[in-house]
Amino acid sequence: MIAAEPGLMTFITVFVLAAFVGYEVVSKVPSILHTPLMSGSNAIHGIILVGTMLVLGNAHGTAQLTLGFLAVVLATLNVVGGFVVTDRMLHMFRAKPTDRKGPAAEAGAKDDGATSSGGGSGGTPS
Amino acid sequence: MSRGTATDLVYLIAIVGFILALKGLSSPKRARLGNLVGAGGMLVAVAWTFSLPEVYSHTRNLVLIIVAIAIGAVIGVPSARLVKMTAMPQMVAIFNGVGGGAAALVSVTEFISAPNKSLAIYRIIEILFGVLVGSVSLAGSAIAFAKLQELMTGRPITYPAQQPINAAIGVAIVALLVVTVVTASTTVLVIVLVLSLVLGAIFVLPIGGADTPVLISLLNAFTGLAVAASGFTLDSTLLIVAGTLVGASGTLLTRMMSQAMGRSLTNILFSAFGSVVTASGADADAAGRSVRSGTADDIGVLLAYARKVAIIPGYGLAVAQAQHTARELADALAARGVEVYYAIHPVAGRMPGHMNVLLAEANVPYDQLEEMDDANQDLSTTDVALVVGANDTVNPAAKNTPGSPIYGMPIINADLATNIVFLKRSMRPGFAGIDNELLYDPKTTMLFGDAKDSLSKLVAAVKAA
Repeated sequence: MIAAEPGLMTFITVFVLAAFVGYEVVSKVPSILHTPLMSGSNAIHGIILVGTMLVLGNAHGTAQLTLGFLAVVLATLNVVGGFVVTDRMLHMFRAKPTDRKGPAAEAGAKDDGATSSGGGSGGTPS
Repeated sequence: MSRGTATDLVYLIAIVGFILALKGLSSPKRARLGNLVGAGGMLVAVAWTFSLPEVYSHTRNLVLIIVAIAIGAVIGVPSARLVKMTAMPQMVAIFNGVGGGAAALVSVTEFISAPNKSLAIYRIIEILFGVLVGSVSLAGSAIAFAKLQELMTGRPITYPAQQPINAAIGVAIVALLVVTVVTASTTVLVIVLVLSLVLGAIFVLPIGGADTPVLISLLNAFTGLAVAASGFTLDSTLLIVAGTLVGASGTLLTRMMSQAMGRSLTNILFSAFGSVVTASGADADAAGRSVRSGTADDIGVLLAYARKVAIIPGYGLAVAQAQHTARELADALAARGVEVYYAIHPVAGRMPGHMNVLLAEANVPYDQLEEMDDANQDLSTTDVALVVGANDTVNPAAKNTPGSPIYGMPIINADLATNIVFLKRSMRPGFAGIDNELLYDPKTTMLFGDAKDSLSKLVAAVKAA
């Protein structure tokens, strides 16, 4: 039973402490960053990738191999999609020069944005 | 140093990276760096995992892992790069859902790979939790994605005896969980998995419109907890900590979002908000009233000769991809010496902060963005409140009509401005499906049409004025 499992209590302790850390760290995020926060934390739970790798590495038989393979694909989507989307969002929050000295550069950047979004799904950002 | 200790140490570094990532999000300046630190932590953890004998000792399995990661990356990177900024909420939903699915699959695979009935009871409970929560998150996120992508109606979907049917499925799942713990039967576990998917879908169906982002945030927290459960199953501190960090932060964010809407989470999740509203809305009351509609030229003059203009953007602006045009209008007005600011409601757009992202994309300077509380102080001295594709976030019913479903939600007090201009496609109500009495206010002028077209016309009118 539970008492016979010395590791379990340690894991539960870690779980409780991590819950407090997560709550405290995030309680200081300003509301303008809530969407990037949701996306960023979404990327972090992509750590399930490590778990899926261990599972697939140990898998035997078709059923386990298939499920494990699917799990690794899904987890990879979570990781790369999560971080790339968040990075794109945060790219827009990069410190811009607050003075108005560089209107040319800013206008250029703005035009690029307008063109690619106007181009619809066939846009070619790289 | 043993390999086990080294692994723990590397994973600890990854954990610190994740915490720093969340901390970095506290400021716009450090947020991007924070996200990169988080990605770095992820990279280190995944790279190190390849050095573990569990992963590399079977060559065939190792090849499968590499192929699977390659497939995921090939699908994930382009879709994440090409998606439009307005489609971000559904991208977050789907990337969240696949994480939940992966966690559920980990739990299922661990269950079937264990020698028959050798699992301790607490192990089975951990697995069941991972399967249940992960599947709910996967199916729920898929429905939320379909709603936001407009593959299905975004409105709440209700059917007869909805609550009893949902409750029955819930009870069935609980009963089957107990059966699984007792019998350790794989068949029963598969039934639990299927029913959990059904539960996730029917849980989300009646939630629609403006409530969908709150839901995605909650599902994000769910996936975090499912990952933590997988961490317990795999004895992995890394997964427990990272999953729990997300579970806690997602829960907090969900609460903050419901608070911004002035409603309790229970109300959002179980009240089938929009459907009730359209039935009981104030349409009878509104029928006899007239609205004043103006031309772009009239409104252009009004704006050009104002001293202070507030732009109040809503999701309509995002849908029309009009954030760049809005900035052009602001620049044109600023060039004439008009003071312009954007009044941002916390839930403008479809997610908290979504509007800030969109305006930042259009290079709107930070100092022109005003959060709701600041904006509400400035609006009484503002000459024109230009409401672009927003509706519920300026609806005075939230203050004045105790019976209204949005009563108590903080709003932007556009009604304090001397003049109000609405750019709207039609008189159709907003996400929440509630009529807006402000549209009938004598101070209000309507300019009907697509937000981007209307704004372009206003830019021309202001320049001509």
